[in-house]
Amino acid sequence: MKVIHIALLVLIAAAIALLISSLDTGSSYSSIAEAKANPGKFVHVSVKMDKAVPVEFDPLKNSNYLSFQAVDSTGQRMKVVYRKGEIPNLAISERLVLKGRYEAGQFECKEVQTKCPSKYKDDPKAASKNAQHNAATGGM
Amino acid sequence: MDYTGENLLPGQLGHFFIVLSLVASLIATFAYAKTTWSRDAESARYWKRLARLAFITEVISVFSIFAILFYIIHNHLFEYHYAWKHSSRTLEFKYLLACFWEGQEGSFLLWSIWHCVLGLILMKTAKKWEAPVMTVVSFAQLALATMIAGIYIFNWKMGSNPFILLRDSGILDNAPALHLDGDITQPLRPDYMSFIKDGNDLNELLQNYWMVIHPPVLFLGFASTIVPFAYAIAAFWQKDYSGWIKPALPWSLWTAAVLGVGIMMGAMWAYESLTFGGYWAWDPVENASLVPWLVLVAGIHTLLIYKKSGHSLRPTFLFFILSFGLILYSTFLTRSGILGETSVHAFTDLGMNWQLLAFLLMFVLPSLVLYFTHYRNIPTIQKEENTSSREFWMFIGSLVFFLSAIVITGKTSLPVFNKIFGTTIAPPEDPEFSYNSIHVYVAIIVAVLTAVTQYLKYKQTPFAYFRKKIWLPTLAAVILSAVILAIGDIRYIKKGPVFHTSIWIAVISSLYTIIANASYIWIGIRGKLMLSGGSVSHVGFGMVMLAILVSSSNKEVLSRNTSGIFVNLGEGSKEDPGENLTLVQGVKTDMGRYWVTYEGEEQQPNKSRWFYHLNFQRKDGKEEFRLSPSAFVNARGREGIQPEPASRHYLDHDVYTYITSLPDPAKNQDTTSFQTKTMKKGDSLFYSKGYMVLLDITEKSRDSLPENLFGKDGHLYEAPVRVFSKNGTSYTLTSRFAVAQGKPMAIPDTITSEGLIVQLQDVRPDNTVEFGFREPNTIMKYITLKAYRFPYITFLWIGVAITAIGILLSMIHRIRLNRKEANRS
Repeated sequence: MKVIHIALLVLIAAAIALLISSLDTGSSYSSIAEAKANPGKFVHVSVKMDKAVPVEFDPLKNSNYLSFQAVDSTGQRMKVVYRKGEIPNLAISERLVLKGRYEAGQFECKEVQTKCPSKYKDDPKAASKNAQHNAATGGM
Repeated sequence: MDYTGENLLPGQLGHFFIVLSLVASLIATFAYAKTTWSRDAESARYWKRLARLAFITEVISVFSIFAILFYIIHNHLFEYHYAWKHSSRTLEFKYLLACFWEGQEGSFLLWSIWHCVLGLILMKTAKKWEAPVMTVVSFAQLALATMIAGIYIFNWKMGSNPFILLRDSGILDNAPALHLDGDITQPLRPDYMSFIKDGNDLNELLQNYWMVIHPPVLFLGFASTIVPFAYAIAAFWQKDYSGWIKPALPWSLWTAAVLGVGIMMGAMWAYESLTFGGYWAWDPVENASLVPWLVLVAGIHTLLIYKKSGHSLRPTFLFFILSFGLILYSTFLTRSGILGETSVHAFTDLGMNWQLLAFLLMFVLPSLVLYFTHYRNIPTIQKEENTSSREFWMFIGSLVFFLSAIVITGKTSLPVFNKIFGTTIAPPEDPEFSYNSIHVYVAIIVAVLTAVTQYLKYKQTPFAYFRKKIWLPTLAAVILSAVILAIGDIRYIKKGPVFHTSIWIAVISSLYTIIANASYIWIGIRGKLMLSGGSVSHVGFGMVMLAILVSSSNKEVLSRNTSGIFVNLGEGSKEDPGENLTLVQGVKTDMGRYWVTYEGEEQQPNKSRWFYHLNFQRKDGKEEFRLSPSAFVNARGREGIQPEPASRHYLDHDVYTYITSLPDPAKNQDTTSFQTKTMKKGDSLFYSKGYMVLLDITEKSRDSLPENLFGKDGHLYEAPVRVFSKNGTSYTLTSRFAVAQGKPMAIPDTITSEGLIVQLQDVRPDNTVEFGFREPNTIMKYITLKAYRFPYITFLWIGVAITAIGILLSMIHRIRLNRKEANRS
């Protein structure tokens, strides 16, 4: 066997091993119920912010602490704590992907992904609302 | 029905040119294919003339579509959905181009335009390769033309048309005010356009100069990958497996330079305009454009191996095919919406997924079939490469690049994997680390190979020769590494000692690359710059690797919330103090090496965008400067802020800051009330951030009071108060109490930066006073921000520039060689 074939095999084996091991991320997309059932496990949870409950964030007291109530599609709720300051576009977000762990009765969120109607493209609903708004106010 | 206020001519012209471009690219593909198949010169000449005519018509159509769309956007013809959706009257002229690529249609158009330009160059230069190569390019043009066609075929919508009217786009359907009788089941009012006063505007994130130049460069890179691919396909078609190498080499070098610069311009845009606090996040969109570049660079190296030694032609074919295939795959990933869960900046679904998938498969499957059917015919050398030969190690390097590309693709495709197998695997807790922990080893291997391999000869290298040439650069690298590691303070201990050591080894390796390749320009090629393109680009690549390692490991948070005037209140305390800091206007705040003062804000004319002026003062007093990060506040009628960072660049570091939060006036209703206390002269009183002393109580003489205001027996008392704040500042306030026309009246005084209002409420005969204060948040102006110190960012951009210059030098060198050879024969 040629040396180059051996090198080839070793490197390809390494790549395959890396790929397979990268499938074992130790994380999964879960519902709130599943997150609560597995406290301490790092999960991604797709939720909506409950806009009826005010967001707790006071930058004059602590500019890093933020907390709100989350609801998922099954209607389950939990308190979410985020310790990295204000989440951009939280108020207008349609959906949030929370990444973190459920611990001691609250969801300790490490990272939030906000799904906005406007990241790159506006969804027709929001755009149509905007058009109506323009129409109603004469474009002001 | 006739609608007033619409200008329909541009749209009709646009539709015409879209159809023309579809037909022209179809004819060009067919005619170029016929040219390739023609056996006799006469019919080949006929078909070629037709093909060129068709392709030039295609070029004219695509440029016309572009010009018409530009006209529509520039003249604010909001009756067109594209103009309404992506622009507004207040948008600055310089960002009008960015409107094009905000939408999918415009970015397909941009891609198509570059194919046109490249096609014209190929038509002029490709000679006998023109017909087969241009068949592939024309076919790609046909595929791109379908993407913006917007034609219905048996209820199936093909492409998304940029000239669609606002009233046909469905957006107005639910707006009663725009319909007859205010009823949405009725048709639109004929004068509906008089209500559409302005467009939806360009996304604030894209209102940045990098967004004007980054997409054209990136798409030029995307478009250019088709040329090496088309040459490889042409080689199969003509059964000429080695003749394509010479014209394809300069093209592949060109593509690598442009695509590389385009990707890194995207990184610069992310750094300057987005706020994830860095330039690279291993985001799927970034990965999707990096991967074809890695494979292309692997292909360039195997191609060079083939030119010099006759080995590695088979992988070269594969790499060039895959590099274009991966561009199509990345198009599919970013535009189909499949990344939705994992990426911050993918396009949303336009309902074109099947078309995008077809685009991908239509190119990749036939070319892979061609590759495997011709595999046996591709010339190869049975003799084994010597392990002391340059080609052996170059091949290993290319292979590592290729495998790294596969691993990145695999990890990026997790959402695709989930979709196919119905699994719910999510990315790991620290996705960046999951990439970094692999790629630090890729960097080490590639860096060492890049350093050493140039000193090897093709075929085989006598050890004495190698040792004689390599010892000096190696020694220099070892000494310099020792110095840098000793004084450079490169630490990345938070991921454990193994990763930390790996980072150090990678630093040493990339220094080795820089030094060995720089010295090779003199040792190996005696300073002939025209021949040194390879070495120059390797020096640049080494600088890029070094800058990545150093900048990410030594990033320093300036806004760490430790010393702040606001005490952490319990709940957050078990965590890291956090990176957000609140600055109150006028209060000098401790931020790492700097004192920072928020001085005030300023609105950009005609925009809901504010600039927040921050004064940075170095603690050693040597420097003072101002940074003005900005934020769009409630832009486009949407709640919330869109911040844009500001940074100050130095050769060895950047100071970088952006707003994370602004007070929301609606939420901060002033609900506090005055707390009162009876005091006499000299008494003191605590408030939440310090204390105050009542200095004196005096009464103004009756003569100084205007009688028309105060009446006959008015009084005016003054009580100066000295306020001592916890942060060391002190202020003097004067609160007053008046009795005018028989009515008592308190006249408060305020310190905005302390959020403090004091007032004198009563003065009693026994020389005591009733004194009140309150601390509402609303009077206080503050911002919350993050600030970082990034080392060696400038070094990264310089490295990118040097890499690109090196690659382009090689390209020019190769073009000259090809010309010389052509003249000789």
